[in-house]
Amino acid sequence: MSKVYVAGIGATKIDEHWEKGIRDLMVEAALNAIKDAGIEKKEIEAIFVGNMSSGYLQGQEHLGSLLATWLGIPGVAANKVEAACASGGAAVHNAFLAVKSGVYDCVLVVGVEKLTDAITSDATDALIMAEDQEYVAFTGASFVALNAFVYKAYMKKYQAKQEDIALFAVHDHKYAANNPLAQYPKPITLEEVLKSPMVADPVRLLESAPLGDGSAALVLCSEKKLKELQNGDVLVELAGSSLSTEIFSVHDRTDLTSIGATVKASRKAFQMAGVEPKNVNVVEVHDAFTVLGVIHLEDLGFAERGSGWKLLKEGQLEKDGKIPTNTMGGLKARGHPVGATGVYQVYDVVTQLRGEAGKNQVDGAEVGLTQNVGGVGGTVAVNILKRVR
Amino acid sequence: MKALFTTPIEKLLTKMSGLASILGWGAYIPIYRIETAEIARVHTKGGEKAPIQRKSVPGPDEDSLTIAYEAAKNALKRAKIDPKLVEALYIGSESPPYAVKPSATIIAEALGFSRKLFGIDMEFACKAGTTAMISVVGLVNSGIISYGMAIGTDTAQGRPGDELEYTAAAGAAAFLISKTRKDAAATIEHVVSYVTDTPDFWRREGEKFPMHTFRFTGEPAYFHHIENAAKLLMEEAGLKPSDFNHVVFHQPNVKFPQRMGAMLGFKPEQMKLGLLSNEIGNTYAAASPMGLTNVLDNAKPGERILVVSFGSGAGSDALSIVVEDGIEERKGLARPTSYYLNRCKLVDYAVYLKYKGFILR
Amino acid sequence: MAYMRSVPRAWRERKIKYQLLGGKCKDCGKSFYPYRQICPVCGSTNVEQVKLPEKGVIEYFTIVRTPPTEFKEYAPYVLAIVKLEDGTKVLAQITDVEPNEVYEGMEVEAVFRKYREQGPNGIIEYGIKFRPVK
Repeated sequence: MSKVYVAGIGATKIDEHWEKGIRDLMVEAALNAIKDAGIEKKEIEAIFVGNMSSGYLQGQEHLGSLLATWLGIPGVAANKVEAACASGGAAVHNAFLAVKSGVYDCVLVVGVEKLTDAITSDATDALIMAEDQEYVAFTGASFVALNAFVYKAYMKKYQAKQEDIALFAVHDHKYAANNPLAQYPKPITLEEVLKSPMVADPVRLLESAPLGDGSAALVLCSEKKLKELQNGDVLVELAGSSLSTEIFSVHDRTDLTSIGATVKASRKAFQMAGVEPKNVNVVEVHDAFTVLGVIHLEDLGFAERGSGWKLLKEGQLEKDGKIPTNTMGGLKARGHPVGATGVYQVYDVVTQLRGEAGKNQVDGAEVGLTQNVGGVGGTVAVNILKRVR
Repeated sequence: MKALFTTPIEKLLTKMSGLASILGWGAYIPIYRIETAEIARVHTKGGEKAPIQRKSVPGPDEDSLTIAYEAAKNALKRAKIDPKLVEALYIGSESPPYAVKPSATIIAEALGFSRKLFGIDMEFACKAGTTAMISVVGLVNSGIISYGMAIGTDTAQGRPGDELEYTAAAGAAAFLISKTRKDAAATIEHVVSYVTDTPDFWRREGEKFPMHTFRFTGEPAYFHHIENAAKLLMEEAGLKPSDFNHVVFHQPNVKFPQRMGAMLGFKPEQMKLGLLSNEIGNTYAAASPMGLTNVLDNAKPGERILVVSFGSGAGSDALSIVVEDGIEERKGLARPTSYYLNRCKLVDYAVYLKYKGFILR
Repeated sequence: MAYMRSVPRAWRERKIKYQLLGGKCKDCGKSFYPYRQICPVCGSTNVEQVKLPEKGVIEYFTIVRTPPTEFKEYAPYVLAIVKLEDGTKVLAQITDVEPNEVYEGMEVEAVFRKYREQGPNGIIEYGIKFRPVK
């Protein structure tokens, strides 16, 4: 078994890319990562593409092979990885396994999603496919509606107020303002969030991750490969990577205020990486909706149950706070091109660990954690990165 | 063929007179209503006096099938039998959700009826419900089946701005029919049907709304057929108007059935329970059947009921029904017609159009 | 899209949807909807198919304002997690009611209604919704 290193990262800006198709986005991110890694394209041995809806929205499957050809390297191992909105995190996990096992020395992971090819209702249709088609989508449930139940359950159980939870969106936007790749690099106020239109009561528009397009990529390599690379001063290791699942449908769960898959996946990843929550300097949580951000922090072990929302008010999530979170804008403001998000999260953490986060920099960041969620917690992927040099 | 009688009770009751019994009955009316004054506000600026007060409006997720389902469920509850024993489902309607694919197949599946089933949807305008009843009576009486269900259901379409828009309503009434038995709710003792080729109201294939012939729908259609069917039945059965405690006529409005009753020699008290059109409009194939369910909800053992429907095209079914001892214990087993009559959520004309699917997004 | 037009897919699940058929695990006692052969909680295959109760209470509800495509004409509509009399939880729409009349703890009963259509030429998919008990 080999250690796994992040040799290179690359990404596109997240936006409504009218001029760029899914192929263009994948290739752009991949080339950026390859260049950053300082390798030749032909050194790549396997490609994992994380994506949720290319079949439904683009009528395009078989993304692994498609990208291999479009990158000019047909012949390599390649396949698409799908776990709803955790497709990116799952693709990273698969790539991690590929290198850790020793079978491959140099692997490319690309997350990509192109939601704006469709009108909003088609995108809503695509997203609800993360849930049970026959008994959940059948009732006219939208993905937001299912998260609305979680929001209500959390507020009720812990007497938490929406105006405190909604601060998560304000937090994300503040940091996105300094992220050139962010979809919404512009601060917003709590008032704007609370006055925005209702999507599925009580979830407001500005509490929900936007629809956008983007692609992020990583080059992972083995210890053996690392010796060949002139990689720069900083070296980041993918020290822990795990995937866990949870009871599929929200209405079948006993407690809506916690996602068991986050707890399980993070425990496995912490053990693998040999760290504890208190060792983590920077965190990327999957805040598709503000209340989820709060719940994830609790499930990951960074806050007491029911107290996650307090961290926002106390400023503990700031770059100089106790647990710097979503310091490049998170899902709400950096963006959430569904299948790509898990890879963007790793991109953001590596940027921090390399000391390249500019105004968002967390001083002395050495250990970072990303948490990527599929569906309403049906799947959770946790990746832990460490700066080793 | 399995044995005709399955329970000791039925063995005792073999020598009863009558064609078949009603073991269970039930109705359903959607919760929404629109006042005819509101319809008049839009089309005539209040210029026209409407023939009724208000009519029922189906909700956006309802159709004649879902409406029939609840009426049938109420009838099953009163009948107190295992749904798997029901071997016929005849549905009378002129507004089924599918032009081809009977609602009977879906409702039978949903309620858990036997798959060994005589099932069909039938059309004869507003008398399709009573014709369904008579057909099931025939199946039961001949011994082909032991239990069958007949339903009259409609979500009638009125052309916006047309006279009929004021009364075209939605509702269903269902009857679980068995062999004659004393513990049934009532026994159907005699039936008659009178039919002629009279085009008073019709809808051509492919057309969305029906055509009607204004005053021609009165005397040569409604009155002629009901009069003839009623008189034929009373002659054959040796009965006169005073032999009946209750009479129910087809009710496209309030005036027609009142006039019909007077013409035939019935008193207003006899017609009271069976006349619902002022509150809910004309529920087409459910109209006289629902008048019957309201009567049954209130009738006493021994009372006699006359039901005469009218279906445009044209024809009338007449049924003479005698209430049995079994009615008292069955009344409370399901919601009465009055429960549905009293539920009322008013909508305005715009929401009415939206619910009926006339406003396309 | 092809999957939305699938008749066999809708047909094979109809009995469960029409009659609200759930599963009761004889080993751990958990009751769930829809019926499936394996208990989602303990993994046992000792699952009995049961007809679930028709009355319940709204545990959580929301109002869907940006609906999926085939539900556009019905929006805004109420979606709720209903806790049935035996404790089973079901996801369903609440009908015959205005969104502002709904509240947590509201008593509801099952009704048979249209959920969606596979296009104007396609089949109609029926299922169970809930309405307030009065």
